[in-house]
Amino acid sequence: MITLRLMRALAGREQVFLALLAALIVLVPVGNLVMPPDSVLHIPTGTVVLLGKYVCYAILAIALDLVWGYCGILSLGHGAFFALGGYAMGMYLMRQIGTRGVYGHPVLPDFMVFLNWKELPVTWWGFDWFGYAMLMVVLVPGVLAFVFGWLAFRSRVTGVYLSIITQALTYALLLAFFRNDMGFGGNNGLTDFKDILGFPVQAQSTRVGLFVLSVATLAATFGLARWLVGSTYGKVLVAIRDAESRTRFLGYRVEHHKLLVFTLSAMLAGIAGALYVPQVGIINPSEFAPTNSIEAVVWVAVGGRGTLVGAALGAVVVNALKTVFTTGALAPYWLFALGGLFVLVTLALPQGILGLLERRRAAKSTAVSPKAAE
Amino acid sequence: MASLTSALLYLDDVQVAFDGFKALRGLSLMLEPGEMRAIIGPNGAGKTTMMDVITGKTRPDTGSVLFDGGRVDLTRHDEAAIAGMGIGRKFQKPTVFDSHSVADNILLALKGPRGPLSAWFGARNRIEPARIDRVLEVVRLSALRDRLAGSLSHGQKQWLEIGMLLAQDPKLLLVDEPVAGMTDAETETTATLLKDINRDHSVIVVEHDMSFVRALECRVTCLHEGAVLAEGRIDTVASNERVIEVYLGR
Ligand SMILES: Nc1ncnc2c1ncn2[C@@H]1O[C@H](COP(=O)(O)OP(=O)(O)OP(=O)(O)O)[C@@H](O)[C@H]1O
Ligand SMILES: [Mg+2]
Repeated sequence: MITLRLMRALAGREQVFLALLAALIVLVPVGNLVMPPDSVLHIPTGTVVLLGKYVCYAILAIALDLVWGYCGILSLGHGAFFALGGYAMGMYLMRQIGTRGVYGHPVLPDFMVFLNWKELPVTWWGFDWFGYAMLMVVLVPGVLAFVFGWLAFRSRVTGVYLSIITQALTYALLLAFFRNDMGFGGNNGLTDFKDILGFPVQAQSTRVGLFVLSVATLAATFGLARWLVGSTYGKVLVAIRDAESRTRFLGYRVEHHKLLVFTLSAMLAGIAGALYVPQVGIINPSEFAPTNSIEAVVWVAVGGRGTLVGAALGAVVVNALKTVFTTGALAPYWLFALGGLFVLVTLALPQGILGLLERRRAAKSTAVSPKAAE
Repeated sequence: MASLTSALLYLDDVQVAFDGFKALRGLSLMLEPGEMRAIIGPNGAGKTTMMDVITGKTRPDTGSVLFDGGRVDLTRHDEAAIAGMGIGRKFQKPTVFDSHSVADNILLALKGPRGPLSAWFGARNRIEPARIDRVLEVVRLSALRDRLAGSLSHGQKQWLEIGMLLAQDPKLLLVDEPVAGMTDAETETTATLLKDINRDHSVIVVEHDMSFVRALECRVTCLHEGAVLAEGRIDTVASNERVIEVYLGR
């Protein structure tokens, strides 16, 4: 009953999106685990991992769309929240290695032994416990976003200035995480993971499991975001985006509204990062690179800002392009292609791919039944 | 004459300077509860700046700005707090939420809790459509209920913004140039509308259109160079030599 009503409340594109996710959850495990390797329907494990990566990016894109597409906060630092979530997961995975490390130390990760450290820094305490690590996955990005947002929104930093300080934030974290004495593995980051909750991370079944979990999380993220933007709160966010001072003079504490959506979005980005790390098998400071955050903005713009589904679509399409580009002879030109794509979309497709698709469909349906509109 | 304790709004010797330029120089003004007041004056007289000071957008350099019988010092509060105390404002350039429907514009303005959680899953999601309809009826926009606000004409946007003020149910409405860009018929309707609103709200209207000001049938204050030049009945003010010199007789 409730699910039926819910489905009816969703737009056509949203139903298609959820149906697609459901199909992925069924078809990818079947294609990988059931179909024999010589079958045309077989999906190689490498592809599963690649798709899983895209799905994590799609979660990040939806998180970014909430703040940028709906509330007009152009964050160029969302990669930082993604990376922090990734590091929290990475720290759990490091602690799971135990005595299987190169140095065989029961508690300290290899890089700490290498640095001649004698005991575990406080920042690492508790990370051997999965529940605590998962709490940190959302808490660390959330608290950082809350403090940052509280300072920025209360002083009414907006527009380009806000974008610039979000870039500064992720850049500062990049520099900090590069340092060995920060205790997060320096420029090598965290890697050589062995298992997660007792399952070997390299195993085919674990990889499929992580993929399924990622898709389910994407669906849940979409559900939460859709609930939020479909409520009056979503309308307040759009009001702030379109006429911030009007909203303020109506008696809304704009800074509180921005703070909630920004913090929530950072937490979702952290979850995306946490799912990403066990699938790619490494997290290092390069995840904080300012260009990562900018790329995420491009995904959202390409897919269609302020639509949620478009953001997810954009993340997958742009990253699929990136995979094609960077694995061939065209690799050196990827950044040009990305820049060109962004310019093209901004000029020709202000509503992104999704806007284009919907205009096509609208044009077709009016062509078929010209009388219906009357 | 009015006294501080009976005045709804009390401005005394308010000074505001922007980079050395004095936009308000010793402005004093008093408004009785239930009163309607028209403010006239040449461009740059400081009319909009006065509204900025009252609504917390601009802090005065000196002077007092008191509300509600002198009980509240408005200079110590920000825009959202002042709006919450019951002062609503229409901007000189009509400002509505273009990508929301007319009804949603009113929904967001309606009196009630304004926190993010209330908006997400609390009271603001359970507002009865009838409350929106009532406001739309007053500002004559019922037929355009589901239209996007961005697609309204200039005059309709002015009305929608006045409707948003009404929805807030404030004690005091500050209305900056409500009939700019309206036809004569629309202007007349707006005068009637504001007089209706004045039956249970205090109103300050800034306007250049003298026939509109006349139609409001209220006390008039003429500002010039950031201070009051003349105040009183429209005929008295309009025949004041200085007013004619700096404003009417341009
Ligand atoms: N933020 C600001 N910075 C600098 N100068 C300002 C600012 N706001 C207003 N002014 C100046 O203060 C003076 C008064 O402006 P204000 O907008 O209050 O005039 P007004 O009476 O509303 O005029 P109009 O009838 O044209 O709307 C003008 O000279 C204006 O240029
Ligand atoms: Mg003005």
